[in-house]
Amino acid sequence: MKKRFLAIALCLVLAVGLLAGCSKDEGTVYWLNFKPESDEVLKKVAKMYTDETGVEVKILTAASGTYSQTLTSEMDKSAPPTLFVIGNSAGVKTWKDYALDLKGTKIANELSTDAYNLYDDTGKLVSIGYCYECYGIIVNPTLLEKAGYKLDDIKNFASLKAAAEDIHARAAELGFDAFTSNDMDSSSSWRYTGHMINLDYYYEEKAAGKTWTECPDTITGAYVDNFRQLYDLCVNNSTVARGDLATGGHDAQNEFKTGKAVFYVQGSWEYSAVADSVPNATMIPYYCGVDGEEKAGLNCGTENCWAVNAKASKADQEATLDFMYWCVTDPEASKLLVESFGVMPYKNAVASTNGFLKASEDYSKAGCYVMDWATNYQPNVDDYRAAFVSALNAYNADPTDETWAAVRTAIVEGWATQAAKAKG
Amino acid sequence: MNKKRRRAMARWGWLFLGPVTVAFIIGFIWPFLQGIYLSLCKFVLTRDAEFVGFSNYLDAFRDQSFMHSFWYTGLFAIVSLVLINILAFTVAYFLTQKIKGANLFRTVFFMPNLIGGIVLGYIWSMIFDGILSHWGTSILLDTKFGFWGLIILMLWQQIGYMMIIYIAGLQAVPEDMIEAARIDGASRTQTLFKVTIPNVMPSITICTFLSLTNGFKLFDQNLALNGGGQPFIQNADGSVIKTTEMMALNIYNTFYGQNSTSRGLGQAKAVIFFVLVAGLGIAQLAFTRKKEVQQ
Repeated sequence: MKKRFLAIALCLVLAVGLLAGCSKDEGTVYWLNFKPESDEVLKKVAKMYTDETGVEVKILTAASGTYSQTLTSEMDKSAPPTLFVIGNSAGVKTWKDYALDLKGTKIANELSTDAYNLYDDTGKLVSIGYCYECYGIIVNPTLLEKAGYKLDDIKNFASLKAAAEDIHARAAELGFDAFTSNDMDSSSSWRYTGHMINLDYYYEEKAAGKTWTECPDTITGAYVDNFRQLYDLCVNNSTVARGDLATGGHDAQNEFKTGKAVFYVQGSWEYSAVADSVPNATMIPYYCGVDGEEKAGLNCGTENCWAVNAKASKADQEATLDFMYWCVTDPEASKLLVESFGVMPYKNAVASTNGFLKASEDYSKAGCYVMDWATNYQPNVDDYRAAFVSALNAYNADPTDETWAAVRTAIVEGWATQAAKAKG
Repeated sequence: MNKKRRRAMARWGWLFLGPVTVAFIIGFIWPFLQGIYLSLCKFVLTRDAEFVGFSNYLDAFRDQSFMHSFWYTGLFAIVSLVLINILAFTVAYFLTQKIKGANLFRTVFFMPNLIGGIVLGYIWSMIFDGILSHWGTSILLDTKFGFWGLIILMLWQQIGYMMIIYIAGLQAVPEDMIEAARIDGASRTQTLFKVTIPNVMPSITICTFLSLTNGFKLFDQNLALNGGGQPFIQNADGSVIKTTEMMALNIYNTFYGQNSTSRGLGQAKAVIFFVLVAGLGIAQLAFTRKKEVQQ
C-alpha cells in the first residue's frame, strides 16, 4: 500500500511539473535587465508600479557579462521578456526581427533627443535610449592639489602627462600614485578595448566629417598612436606595474576611493560608488595629443536602449509601453531610476544628480565637443576585443614598437576581418 | 520470485520506468535530435530556425580556429590521459601499501576534486602568474605556458579522483594471487606488471574513459585559466586563432558570435564534437575491455 501511494505521489509530482507552464496571464511586463548594479532599484520601481496599477512587472537581471546568453535563452521560452535591451549595432543585427517599431509610440514622443536611438537598415526604430552615460578619466581634485597641480591646468595631453609623471615619480613621498591599476582581465579590460579606444574611432569620424550610423567595413587607425600615448601614460604611472596586469586581481575602484591614486579611467556609472569617499570627484576627457583637444568633452553615449518584444502578445506589449511611459514620467519612479542610471533623456524625467554627467554638461556649456560612442559599432565585439586584449598583454610584457604593431593589427585589420565576418 | 510478485511487477513496472523514460526523452533524446536538426539550420532563436542544409558543416571544417582547437584538444587529451593515469595509479599503489596516515593522504589528494572549475582556473592563473612574473611574463602570453598550466591544473584536480577508483581496484586484487606470485619467486616489479595491473584493468578502463572524455569536454578551467584562449595568433588578414582554446570553448564562442549564421555553425560544431567524443570513448572502451582478465 505504501508503495502504491508513493507511486501515485510521484506521478502527481510529474504531472504538476508538466502543467505548471501552461497558465497564461494577460498584459504583464517582463524586463530583462543587463545592468546588475541597477537590479535593486528596478525591483523597487517594479513593485511601486504593481502596487499602483496592479500590473505585474517581473525583473530579471543577467549576470555580469552574460546578457547575450541570457537573452538568447529567455527569448526562446514560452513567456519571453517583453522589454529587453538592444544596445549597439551588433544587437540590432541579431535582434531586429524581435523588436517592435517604436516610432510614434507614447514613450518615443517623450524623448528629448534622438541621439541615443537605434534604427535598423529599413529605418525601423528598434530601440530607444533610456539613459545615457559618459566616460573619461575620473579625477580626485584634492589629491591633485596636494601634489601641486590644479584641475584647470590640465587641458591637454602634455599637461596631463607632466602631472601624471611627476606624481608617479613622487608616489612614495606623496603617499599616492597617478593612475589606479589598469587590469587587463575581463572584468576591467573593456575600460581600454571598449572605451579608451573610442578616441581613435571618434577622431576618425570627426576627421571624415560624419557620424557613423552603421559599422564601417574598415577603419584607418589614424589615431591609434594617440591611444598608445594615453594608454602608456596610464600603465606606466600607476599603482601596479604594467607587467602584472594580464590576469588582474587588483581593485581600481577601491584604490581610487581610498585615495591611493589621483586618476581613474572609468565612467559615470561609478559616481554613486565613489562619491561618498571622494565627494568632489570629477571627470576629464581622454587627452591624447590630438590637435585642438583643449576643446574636447567627455565620451557620451549609451548601450541602455529599450526594445519591446515584437512577438509578445498585444496585451503584453501595451502593458510594457505603459510601464515604460510611467518610468519616465512618474516623478518618484524617474527619480529613483535617474539616481541609478545617471540621466534619462526624456522631457519629464527628473534632472540628474550625477557629478560626472554634470561635468559633461559643463564641458558642453563651455563649447567643448562631445565624443560620441563610436565604439558601439565594434564588429563581432567579443572576438574583436579579445584579440585586442591579447595583443595588449603581449605589449605590456614587452613594450616595443614590434609588439605595438600587433596591437595596431588587432585594432585596424581586426576591425576589417570581424566586420566582414559579421556580415556573413 | 513467486508468480504473484512477478505479475505485480509487470503491472506496476511502467509506473516506475515511466517517469524515467519521460525524463530521459525530455531531457536527452528530444534535445539531442533537435540539436542535430538545428545544426542544419540558420537561427537566432531555436523556434524560428530556417533549414539551410549542410552549409554549417562545410563552414565548420573550413574554420581555421575550429581545426586548431581540434588538434590542440586532441594533444591535451592524450597528454592529460597518460599523466593523470600514471600518477593516479602510482599514488594509489603507494597508498595501498601500509603507510602511516594513508587515509589522511587519500582525503587530501581527493579534495581538489571538490572545487569548481572556474574557481580553480582563476586561482591557478594567479599562482602561475605569481611565478612567471619573475621572468616578466604571464600564462596568457605563451601557448606553451597555457598548455602545461592547464595540464598541471587538471592533474591536481583529477589525480585524487582517479586515485580513489584505483585504490578500490587495488584492494580487490586477491591477496592469495600476490602471495602465490611471491612464493613462485616473482620480483616486486614482476608482481606489479603480471599480477596487479591485469587485475585492476576494470579500474583502468573506467579511469582512462573518464580522463579521455574529461580532456575533450574541458571547458570552465580552459575559460578561466587561459583567459578565453590567450595568446591569440593574428593572421596577416586580421583573423584570429585563439591558441589555447579547446573545442568546447570554441563551440561556445562560436555560438554567441555576432554573425546571423553563427548559432547554426556552433551547433554543427557541437554535433561533430559529439560524434568525435562518442567514437573515441567507445573505441577506447573496446580496447581496454579486451585487456581485462577474469578473476
